[in-house]
Amino acid sequence: MNTEEILLKYKPDKENLIQILHEIQDLHPQQYLTETDLLKVAKYLNITRSFVYGVVGYYSMFSTTPRGKYIIRLCESPVCNMFNSKMIAEKLKEILKIDINQTTADGLFTLELSECLGLCGNKPSMMINRETYTELDENNIELIIKNLRNN
Amino acid sequence: MIKETRIALKNLGKINPESIDDYISQGGYLAFAEVLEMKPTSVIKEIEDSGLRGRGGAGFPTGIKDRYTTLSCEDCDRYIICNADEGEPGTFKDRIIMENDPHLLIEGMLISAYGIGASKGYIYIRAEYYLSVERVKKAIETACERGYLGKNIMGTYFSFYLEIKLGAGSYLCGEELTLMESLEGKRGYPRIKPPFPAEKGLFGKPTLINNVETLSHIPTIIVKGSKWYTGLGTEKSKGTKIFTISGNVNKPGYYEVELGVSLRSLIYDFAGGMKEGKTFKAALLGGAAGTFVDESMLDTAMAYDSLKEKGATLGSGAIIVLDNDQSVFEVLFSVLNFFKHESCGKCVPCRIGTTQLMLLMNKIKSEADKADILKEIFHQSELMAKSSLCPLGQSPILPVKSSIKYFEKELLTFSA
Repeated sequence: MNTEEILLKYKPDKENLIQILHEIQDLHPQQYLTETDLLKVAKYLNITRSFVYGVVGYYSMFSTTPRGKYIIRLCESPVCNMFNSKMIAEKLKEILKIDINQTTADGLFTLELSECLGLCGNKPSMMINRETYTELDENNIELIIKNLRNN
Repeated sequence: MIKETRIALKNLGKINPESIDDYISQGGYLAFAEVLEMKPTSVIKEIEDSGLRGRGGAGFPTGIKDRYTTLSCEDCDRYIICNADEGEPGTFKDRIIMENDPHLLIEGMLISAYGIGASKGYIYIRAEYYLSVERVKKAIETACERGYLGKNIMGTYFSFYLEIKLGAGSYLCGEELTLMESLEGKRGYPRIKPPFPAEKGLFGKPTLINNVETLSHIPTIIVKGSKWYTGLGTEKSKGTKIFTISGNVNKPGYYEVELGVSLRSLIYDFAGGMKEGKTFKAALLGGAAGTFVDESMLDTAMAYDSLKEKGATLGSGAIIVLDNDQSVFEVLFSVLNFFKHESCGKCVPCRIGTTQLMLLMNKIKSEADKADILKEIFHQSELMAKSSLCPLGQSPILPVKSSIKYFEKELLTFSA
């Protein structure tokens, strides 16, 4: 599937903008929205480029810069925070040798913080792409990252 | 000992969520079939008589909302939206319903749509809930194949189409009018209220918007009757509620219990009590946009009005429990930080206010005259509550005021 094929799946209505952006972003190996793609979207939906950029800029799941193959979304909401999510963040930064919102040099991981992921019963928690990871501690995050690296 | 009473979670663990036959085998879609023989006004009356109130947080009577949606015009397009943008910290009930019983939600929407005369519905799900999206998507597909969705359903004149729309990581989009902006493909900026959704909602048309849990009560109300339903709960808060309990308890999780249960019972009978050697200190009820309580509230009935009378809130049903080792200050800090992050920036009081609150929270950590700063925090959040456009800016006052009420001493002695 390419960008044009995704666009043609939808009626050219503005109400489909967010769905289209999700699909295009998910398709890109670096999980981001390129300028070329955003221009195509604006043209197809017959809306201004500024409108498209306004929407992309508003929602935290969209990115206009390249990201890793795996996007780590660590929950920093009050419940996970009570259970040391800050320490998990520090540990992840140390393992990956990057800061929050950065991508590892090998292009594998991007580390992001997220609001409540609805996994508060099994805190602290995070998502990596579509998978959820719960009951995190210093040891299991090391293993999780290692397994993905070897994948 | 009090037991769970499951309505929204009635099929949990009993069926394969991806099998419509499993759902049907548990009496699924029977309520809808019954409704198709009824007058739409009678359907709304049944829901109104049940006393069901919105389970998303606001607690507005569902039947009245249904009826208002039909009043604004005679013969115009109407929409129904399911608000599945669950994001209130500490809340995970809608996810559990969508992952485990997506057809129940669809049936609830079908019944409501028939009642208000809507032929198009949307389920707005936050994009992080991948499994919920997959399960609901599959359920819509199979419901279409079996003729529960689409044109002239089951040989009647009633047609109904259902579509999923995704969020993209904004807490604010869980606010109903903001959600509609997002559903229309725009930035998630709140609209000025009134007009209410019932008059002018999605695409400017009358719209009924209900939470996942609310809609999941409706099939049972139809089958068992409003009279049966009013036998559950308290005088003004009928039925059951899913409480999601997290924090320092032995068995965090979700428990569906009749409204009116005490906080003590939820913590000790259901959530396994406090960890060994620890004592209960506080609970944050209703999530970030909620209220702190201390042990003096343990025996208060968990229901809309009884909590309101005592200045607390039921909200989404989130209960975040803190033991004696937890710091109320730290939790308040992270709650206010959350609001700062999620403020959309459209209105000044919220945009500036949420940032100011964090500056003050940082200041109170290091400075000596903490009492003055705390007063300022209270003052600022009060101003925000009075002048902000939407519930986000109006919410910080809830945790701020309640934490001062019960834990002022701790807030004044906190040092980083």
